[in-house]
Amino acid sequence: MIERTPLLNIATHLILAFGLIMLLLPMYLVVVAASHSLQDVISVPPNLLPGDQLWVNLQEAWAKGHLGQRFVTTFIVAIGVMTGKVVLSCITAFGIVFFDHRLKMPIFWAIFITLMLPLEVRIVPTYAVAANAFLPFQTLLDLSGITWLVNAASGVQIKLEWNLLNSYAGLIMPLVATATGTFLYRQFFLTIPEELVEAAKMDGAGPLRFLWDVLIPLSRTNIAALATIMFVYAWNQYLWPLLVVTDQSYAMIAVELSRLVPKFSATGGEVPKWHIAMAGTVIVMGPPIVVVVFMQRWFVRGLINTDK
Amino acid sequence: MRRAYFKNNWVAALMVAPQLIIVFTFFYFPTSQALYWAFTLEQPWGGGNTWVGFDNFTAILSDSLYWASIWVSVVYAVGSTALAVGMALLLAIFADRQLAGYKLYKIGLIWPYAIAAPAVGLAFRFIFTPGAGLMMFVNQMFPHLWNPVDNGNQAMAMVIIAGAWKQVAYNFIFFLAGLQSIPRALIEAGAMDGARVLRRMRDIQLPLLAPTFFFVLVINITDSFTDSFGIVDTMTAGGPSRATNIMVYKIFNDGFQGLDYSGAAAQSIILMILVIALTFVQFRYIERKVHYT
Repeated sequence: MIERTPLLNIATHLILAFGLIMLLLPMYLVVVAASHSLQDVISVPPNLLPGDQLWVNLQEAWAKGHLGQRFVTTFIVAIGVMTGKVVLSCITAFGIVFFDHRLKMPIFWAIFITLMLPLEVRIVPTYAVAANAFLPFQTLLDLSGITWLVNAASGVQIKLEWNLLNSYAGLIMPLVATATGTFLYRQFFLTIPEELVEAAKMDGAGPLRFLWDVLIPLSRTNIAALATIMFVYAWNQYLWPLLVVTDQSYAMIAVELSRLVPKFSATGGEVPKWHIAMAGTVIVMGPPIVVVVFMQRWFVRGLINTDK
Repeated sequence: MRRAYFKNNWVAALMVAPQLIIVFTFFYFPTSQALYWAFTLEQPWGGGNTWVGFDNFTAILSDSLYWASIWVSVVYAVGSTALAVGMALLLAIFADRQLAGYKLYKIGLIWPYAIAAPAVGLAFRFIFTPGAGLMMFVNQMFPHLWNPVDNGNQAMAMVIIAGAWKQVAYNFIFFLAGLQSIPRALIEAGAMDGARVLRRMRDIQLPLLAPTFFFVLVINITDSFTDSFGIVDTMTAGGPSRATNIMVYKIFNDGFQGLDYSGAAAQSIILMILVIALTFVQFRYIERKVHYT
């Protein structure tokens, strides 16, 4: 700030450089391993300098893990989750903030509570829903007696079924079912001066016109922030795709990556192909790192505003 | 507070409907279903579930494997949180001095957050494997020193380091934002009163960072209960001999490998209660602290 503190400045740089090295070193080792043949990776003393096999290994990992196709699938899911979140949370927050109805707060809370329980915690029952997305509605109909009524009146047994396993809808929709985005938009919408709403009304704009011509242009920053976060979040999904996908043509990249080496076990077996696995790791890490580095500003902003 | 509103409530209903349907289908229904399963037992030959009250819970709570899993989760939570929060706080408070190279440090400390948990897990599994690279070298110098495949404590240490490594960047972002929201005037006033850099950190910045600190602490603990699946699955698969069998992993195993839905549901309920309790603590504390800054 104002004082000269040469010693402390050196200490500061040392601490930060230490932190930087701690974070960079593991990934450096990954890249080094990805650039050697297996023979060199398991040699002693270890190679700490990059070799010349990087391109060969990347190609082999790409082919062996069918990463080309997985890339497409993962990209579709990431874009789907991102778009779903950006659009749905925007209109939901709009419906909650700019209309005066009694259900406003109950609806807000009903959505807000979903922040509390991440997908991992309720994984077993969510899986059951994915096997038949109409199960909740079937249960409602059964409980309310409508199934029985219809059956008695017309002889038709209502059986709703929509299997989401091995489908993009099954991969995407449960990931959209949280409140993160809605909360972000709501906080922002609440700061919009009411004169703006009055002016729009005076000019004869209806709610949809107001949303499209005023709110969305004003929300551009928020949209960018939310989109960045959601892209990375969806790209990195692991547990959910592991469960819903059994058909390889819908496999996501993070799941595929873990299949490049055999599971950890005490029995030993053959030496894992570390050089290929590490090349795969480099490929999988790529896109989200690029997004975060280039969209750093939006990313940081989105992270801070969605969680608080 | 009066606001200007739109009158057309049908539009409002249309706007909130899609989100409500999704949240109902994929959040409320599954959660209530978990409750239902937790209190019932599926009949072996079909024919619906029978009500068993708290039997599933008693069965779990008297199972020593479950308590072992809780213990493992607590060790993991405390270890990874302490490491990640401590490291991030140290880095953030010095990065906030904004010396030369600040932008470079910032991006260098943020990017690991972008990496998927299984990728982190795989990378650290390679780094710590006794069968290749650095650790193989260490083991040749000191035979049998490092073997996470057999040694549960070492496996746990390895998982904690990987989990903390992934979390440092996230915490760093929040601490830095928290530090930057401290009014500049306070720090200037401190400087004017003759407080040097370290003194200002201790007496102005750290106390004012308390709400952020607490928030980050709770998020880290919650994340370590839920988000750790990818790391544990790729690194140790819960082994060796269940030494890293954290709660989420056990739920996954019992539910999908063991097909014990009732047991897994009861475990999910316990985990849910834990996470909700933590979230409540967080809200209460932050509400109280918000007036302070």
